[in-house]
Amino acid sequence: MAAKEKIIGGHPGIYASFPRKGGAAPTATHYCPGCGHGILHKLIGEAMAELEIQDRCVVISPVGCAVFAYYYLDCGHVQAAHGRAPAIATGISRAEDNAIVMSYQGDGDLASIGLNETIQAANRGEKLAVFFINNTVYGMTGGQMAPTTLIGEVTATTPQGRDPRDMGYPMHICEILDTLKAPVFIERVSLSDIEHIRKARRAVKKALQIQKDKLGYSFVEFLSPCPTILRMDAQAVAKFVNEQMEKEFPLKKFRDRSAEVQPVVRAESDYSKESLDKIFGCTEMQCIEMEKDREFAPKGVKIAGFGGQGVLSMGLALAQAAFGCGRFVSWYPDYGPEQRGGTSNCSVIVSGEPIGSPVVDHPDVLVAFNRPSLEKFAPSVKKGGLIIYESLAGQFQAPEGVKVISVPATQIATDKGAHQAANTAMFGALMQAGNLGLPREAYGNAFRVTFAKKPKLIPKNLDILEAGAQAVKLLEMASKK
Amino acid sequence: MASQLVAGNSAVIVGAMYAGCDCFFGYPITPASEILHEASKFFPKVGRKFVQAESEEAAINMVYGAATAGHRVLAASSGPGMSLKQEGITYIAGAELPCVIVDICRAGPGLGNIGPEQSDYNQACKGGGHGCYNNIVLAPGSVQEMCDFTMKAFELAFKYRNPAIVLADGVLGHMVEPLKFPETALEHKIDTTWAVAGKAETRGNLVTSIALNFDEMEQHNYKLQEKYQRIKENEAAWDGYKLDDAKVVLVSYGISSRIARSAVDAARKMGIKAGLFRPITLFPFPEKEIRLLAEKGCKFISVEMSNGQMREDIRLYSGCQPVELVCRYGGNLIQLDDIVKKIKEVA
Repeated sequence: MAAKEKIIGGHPGIYASFPRKGGAAPTATHYCPGCGHGILHKLIGEAMAELEIQDRCVVISPVGCAVFAYYYLDCGHVQAAHGRAPAIATGISRAEDNAIVMSYQGDGDLASIGLNETIQAANRGEKLAVFFINNTVYGMTGGQMAPTTLIGEVTATTPQGRDPRDMGYPMHICEILDTLKAPVFIERVSLSDIEHIRKARRAVKKALQIQKDKLGYSFVEFLSPCPTILRMDAQAVAKFVNEQMEKEFPLKKFRDRSAEVQPVVRAESDYSKESLDKIFGCTEMQCIEMEKDREFAPKGVKIAGFGGQGVLSMGLALAQAAFGCGRFVSWYPDYGPEQRGGTSNCSVIVSGEPIGSPVVDHPDVLVAFNRPSLEKFAPSVKKGGLIIYESLAGQFQAPEGVKVISVPATQIATDKGAHQAANTAMFGALMQAGNLGLPREAYGNAFRVTFAKKPKLIPKNLDILEAGAQAVKLLEMASKK
Repeated sequence: MASQLVAGNSAVIVGAMYAGCDCFFGYPITPASEILHEASKFFPKVGRKFVQAESEEAAINMVYGAATAGHRVLAASSGPGMSLKQEGITYIAGAELPCVIVDICRAGPGLGNIGPEQSDYNQACKGGGHGCYNNIVLAPGSVQEMCDFTMKAFELAFKYRNPAIVLADGVLGHMVEPLKFPETALEHKIDTTWAVAGKAETRGNLVTSIALNFDEMEQHNYKLQEKYQRIKENEAAWDGYKLDDAKVVLVSYGISSRIARSAVDAARKMGIKAGLFRPITLFPFPEKEIRLLAEKGCKFISVEMSNGQMREDIRLYSGCQPVELVCRYGGNLIQLDDIVKKIKEVA
């Protein structure tokens, strides 16, 4: 009895028997009589065999009745979550340039939950053949309405028939994809009867030929009979597909750009250490070992101002200066609601020991580039600490026990012909007055790294750095008098 | 040995590339986006593959695809994106595919904000999606570890054919510290015994997580559970600080553990015998060591930027000892003073 159930076994590209399926009929499929899936499996198998591509083929089977495509098609297989096949295909295809990837998807899978993946993979022109089975219903889950359900069609979730006022209209996926530039081939065919199946065979082969030639994205929609869910016999369901479905979804070759496009060939991955060291610039890096130094007093610096004043880059320069001396150091751009509001700040910690929290709540030194930052952070400065601020922020009364230095940083930078380098002048002021325990030359040395891509700017910045320091020196001398 | 100041998110890409990762698929989300940026910058320079996906779901399914092909593949996201990825992660776990996912955790629930939190502990360590599965979870505490643990995550993911998550937070992602670059670069070869890579030798392979037969599905679950047991027995890792004579033990990971370490020093100065137990693997949780400390009579304080998600594990493995909690939410870091205060209460 079982052997007589043989339907597609022994065909090219199809396993001779189906041990993954198991059960009593090792050469029969699990599909219902009259279902389009068995037919399409046969067409795909034939095309793979004729094109001699089975070794290269990976079929992504969907959620739905065809989830078990891997029982039958003689090639590599992976099974996908509902709607995600085009994304999985992207992953396989990008990883393995020589793989021929097919996604096999129904209308709920492709046109509903996976519509985004469908459109985006098509738009990227992934090397992928999509076989889209449109039978107007969710089959395996029990015949619910699909995006492709016809107007008036009765389903498990449209017991009165699909009413477009509530449920919208049938979606035309080929037409949607045909608005995109990248796809190479788009065609809608039918699996209703012999005559239509012949045309469908050509479309399948074309879609796979395009993959064999690495030309890009191909999409074939199949109007497919689902006699069980539609509760029709073979003749009635063929009639339904030919007359009602075709009326809504006209059969058409929407495009074939295969003669005009070039193969898509992706680079091979280079795993060599030499290449990695080169792209990360390791060859120019120093070897700096941090050494514990309990005598070194840890210092927390907060630098704050408007975005664009070089607050973050000054912090990084300070971190670089400390790093160059083998100190433990951390730099952290503080979060906060103000991050997108035009002001920014960062924390830098310099220490002789491993650093705990990289956030400076109570700075030893505050560098403030504007009035709001000064007012916000000045109260948090440690007793005995220091505030260096841009003179443009105006007069400022020092908190008790805190030293305050007003530095005309913008003026200094402008006088040197580089008004945007006010942060360098501030950096110089910090070098002069910050008492951070770093040698003077560390500050200038930091520029070799921070300006590594623009070395021409280094002399000018060294000049402004010294000018910033000089300004503070003069202030200190004046105050001593 | 080359070293440089690097941000945590950048260090992830350094680690991944030296570990032989050649595919990155991502979607923008603060505070993880720099990982995406760095991947887009560096991967194509050496022929490695980068795609900015259309969604978090698509990104994790691209990961599923490249992992199916046997490649080393990386994804990165933050809380809201991790929630979206859970579907893909359970399929990856079910199909026993290796991959590494970096979670730069931010404040939640819902949209929350872009400040740091550690509230993804449960969704990383307890499965997170549907079904009975576990991810391997590593918790870096420095920029260096962002690099090193990403490399380690690849090793473990492939050793066990299992998703591995590097669970960090917004501070670790954005802070800059010195990074020593890796001294070796791995050339990854695909394992043709299970990969489906469009090659003659992988033609007979199948990657799937479906088994309609109940008994077959049950057997698959037993096999997974045995694997997780092996992981628990072999891979638990932790780090201790002044634990030898400690009476009060802070348990803390990631950025919080650094503040906790400072709190240990502060408490010691006050004459309190405090110590720090820092889990390096959150799954497997270092349960034996917690039990040993409990048997020695140590009192535990869980220091975490979440509502005691890790405390539940400490309670469980300490034999239901009372475990105190010091936590902050909403993007705020735990304050040193708050920990010290709690240590004084407990001691």
